[in-house]
Amino acid sequence: MNKSELIEELAERTGYNPNLTDKTVRIFFDRIKFALNAGDKVEIRGFGSFTLKKYKGYIGRNPKTGETAEVKPKQLPVFRTGKDLRSRVNK
Amino acid sequence: MVKVDIVRAIQLGTDLQFGEAEKLVNDMLEMIKEKLENGEDVLITGLGKFELRNKKARPGRDPKSKRDYEISARRVVTFHPSKVWRDELNNKN
Repeated sequence: MNKSELIEELAERTGYNPNLTDKTVRIFFDRIKFALNAGDKVEIRGFGSFTLKKYKGYIGRNPKTGETAEVKPKQLPVFRTGKDLRSRVNK
Repeated sequence: MVKVDIVRAIQLGTDLQFGEAEKLVNDMLEMIKEKLENGEDVLITGLGKFELRNKKARPGRDPKSKRDYEISARRVVTFHPSKVWRDELNNKN
């Protein structure tokens, strides 16, 4: 399922018009993104939490050409599945 | 940041009352969980993809008691951030 299908089905289920569910879904995920971009973490009970993980830079090697390449430090979001979701997908 | 903070942002950005926004968010989360529960991946453009993975059983060890045991086979949710977001976080645009 993608975002537009989610928006559409949410409108059908709740009876709200699609413009409103579109706005809601967008704000929801934008907020998560903005919080992480600002260095904050996000916890959605029962669903999961998002944190930032920082990775150090390192000197890598292209396995095909053998050339060395510098991999710069980076940060990536990490998702940890919440209890309810974890138990529901593993029944 | 927790769910209530996001609900408040939705309340401010729409005509919804707090309780209505909260219910809508809970309904959305429930829908996403149902999809994943039924084996369907969920792609949120701009954010990333929630994917299901089947993990085989593997040996594990309790670090406290130092006892060996088997970690059972299981299905788990993994999240892959989108390229757009990864680049945003690393100032590439």
